[in-house]
Amino acid sequence: MTEAESPLVEASPTPDATLAASDVVLKTVGLTKRFGAVVALRGIDMQLGRGEVLGLVGDNGAGKSTLVKILCGFHPPDTGKIYVEGKEVSFRSVADARGFGIETVYQDLALVPQLTVAQNLFLNREITMFGKVGWLSAGKMRQLAKNYLEDIKVEIPDIDAEAESLSGGQRQAIAVARATRQNAKILLLDEPLAAMGARESALIVDLVKDLSRNRGVSMIVIDHNFTHLFELCDRLNVIQRGRIALDQQVKDTSVEELTKFMVSEYRRELAAGQELLEQ
Amino acid sequence: MARATASDSETPQTPAPKGPGSVAYWLVQRVIQQRELTVVLVTLFVIIYFGIANSAFYTTANIITVCQYLASFAVIGFGEVLILSLGEIDLSAGAVYLSSPWFMYLFWTSGMPIGWAIVAAMVCCAGVGMINGLITVWLNVSSLIVTLAVNYALFGIVLIESNDIQVNMPGQTGRFSIIFGVGAWSTILWATAMMLAIWALLKRTRFGLHVTATGGNLLAAAESGIRVRRVKVWCFIIISCASGLIGILDAIRIGSINPGSSGLDTVLPGIVAAVVGGTALTGGRGTIIGAALGAIFLGVLEDGFNLIGVNANWFYLAEGVMILVAMVANTQLGAVARRFRR
Repeated sequence: MTEAESPLVEASPTPDATLAASDVVLKTVGLTKRFGAVVALRGIDMQLGRGEVLGLVGDNGAGKSTLVKILCGFHPPDTGKIYVEGKEVSFRSVADARGFGIETVYQDLALVPQLTVAQNLFLNREITMFGKVGWLSAGKMRQLAKNYLEDIKVEIPDIDAEAESLSGGQRQAIAVARATRQNAKILLLDEPLAAMGARESALIVDLVKDLSRNRGVSMIVIDHNFTHLFELCDRLNVIQRGRIALDQQVKDTSVEELTKFMVSEYRRELAAGQELLEQ
Repeated sequence: MARATASDSETPQTPAPKGPGSVAYWLVQRVIQQRELTVVLVTLFVIIYFGIANSAFYTTANIITVCQYLASFAVIGFGEVLILSLGEIDLSAGAVYLSSPWFMYLFWTSGMPIGWAIVAAMVCCAGVGMINGLITVWLNVSSLIVTLAVNYALFGIVLIESNDIQVNMPGQTGRFSIIFGVGAWSTILWATAMMLAIWALLKRTRFGLHVTATGGNLLAAAESGIRVRRVKVWCFIIISCASGLIGILDAIRIGSINPGSSGLDTVLPGIVAAVVGGTALTGGRGTIIGAALGAIFLGVLEDGFNLIGVNANWFYLAEGVMILVAMVANTQLGAVARRFRR
C-alpha cells in the first residue's frame, strides 16, 4: 500500500490472503468501542493465524491498547464480533478470555519476586496431595518445571532461584512459559523487549520464534520500537484513529517504509487539524 | 536455533565453587543464605552472655520461667508472620489474647462446661479476626488502623463487661489444668505445636504459597486467579484464633484475669519477634522459625536482665537498644546474604 492510497480508506485493508480459514485462531469483525465522547475503535477487522506473530503499531491513543484490552477480556466491545478458532465468543472477564486460551503477559507484573521459578510457573495451578489439605508436591512441580523449561529451550541456571534474582529477560521468559504451560494458545505481549540488552532480547526473540513455529502459539505484540517488532513479528498491523490502516507482512516491508507511512499519516492529521482550526 | 543459555543473562551468576576450600566456601555460602542467621547469632550471644553472668540462668526453674514468659508472644509472632507475609499487620492480637479468657469466663459463668466455653471463646476470636479481615479487604481501610481500632474496642468491651474487677479463672484442677496451661511445660508445648502447624501451613501448603504470593505481588496473585481477599481474611482469622488460645492457656496458668491492660504490650513483642527473626514488614517474606528464635531472644533478654538485676528503670532502655542492635545486624548481614544469593 502506498502513501497516496492510504488516507481516508473507509474499508480496512484486506487481511492476508494466504491465511486459510482453518488456520485462523483469532478473528475480529467490525469491533467498535467508545468511551464517552471518545471513539477508540471504529471497526477493527483483524485476523491472527496459528503460530503467527502479529505486531500492532500505532501512536498513543490510536486504539491499540483498547483493542488488546478487548481481546484479553478486560473491556467488552460496543459492537462487533470475536471468533476464536472459528467460533463466535464473548468475554465477560479476563478469566473468560483465558478460558479460550488468550492470555496477556506483562513483564514485571506477572511474577511474584519472592517465589522460586518453579513456584511461579505453577502459581495457582499447584500440584497438591491429600485432597483439600492442599499439601504441595514440591518435588514433582520442580521436576515438571525443569522439563518444561528444557522443552521450550529456556535455560534458567537454578530452578529454585527466586524470581527477584533473575534478569529481566529471564523473568519475561518465565512469564511467557507460565502462560503457554497453562495452555494459552494466543499470547498478548506488551513491549516484551522493553529495557533489555541485546543478549536479553535474543533470549526472548528465540523463545517467541520457538513457541510460534514449533508449538503453534500465536502472539500479538504491542511495541513502539520498530526494530523490536521487525525482529519478533511475521506481520504488522498499523492502527490509526481506531482502524487498521496498514496490514503488511514483515518480509514485504522495511523499517523505513513503515516509518514513512506513519510520518505521512501524522502530517496529514496535523494538516487536517490546522484546517479545522482555521475554519 | 540459538539456544538461550545462562550466559545470555546480564546478571553475573554466583561462581561455581572451585579448587581447594570449595567445601568451606559452599558451607559459608549456605549458612549466610539463611534468613534466620542473624537472629540465631544474637540469640546464642544473649544465652551465652546471661549464662556466664548468672549461674541460675541454666536451672530448670529458670528455663520454665523463660518458656512460660515467651509462649504468648511466640504464638502471636507466628500469627504475625502470616499477616506480615501478606503485607498487612495485626495490632489487635494482644487485645484478643487478653479478652479471650474473658469470653471464656463469661460463657462459663453462664453455665457452659469449661471445654465448650473454650470452644465458644475461640469462635468469638475467629469472629474478631473475620471483622479485622473483612473491614481491611472490603472497605479498603489500612489493616494498621482497623486492628488498632479493634484493639481499643476489645479493651473497652472487657472493661465494660468486667467493670474493671479482677476475677479468678476456672479450670484450675485435675488433668485438664495440667494440659491447659497449669503444667510447667504446657504453654510452651502448645506454642511449639502451633509453630509446627503454622510453619507447615505457610511453607508446605497451597494456601501458604498463596499467602506469600499475595504479599509479594498482589496484582500477579490476583491475575493468576488467587482469591487474595479470601486469603487475607483467613490469615486474620488464624492469628486471632492462635492468640486467643494462648491467651486462655496463659490465663488458666496464672489463675486470674485482670481487665486493666490494653494489649499493645503483648502484641508488639510478637511483632518484634517476627521482624527480628527475618520477616519483612513489606510482605512476601516470612519465617516462622525466625519468629520462634526472635521470641526466644526477647524472652531470654527479659529474663536475663531480671537475673543479673538490671535496675528496673534501665530495663526498657536496655531492651530497646538490644532490639535495635539485632535489627541493624539483620539488615547489614541481610545485604551480605543477598550478594551471596545472586
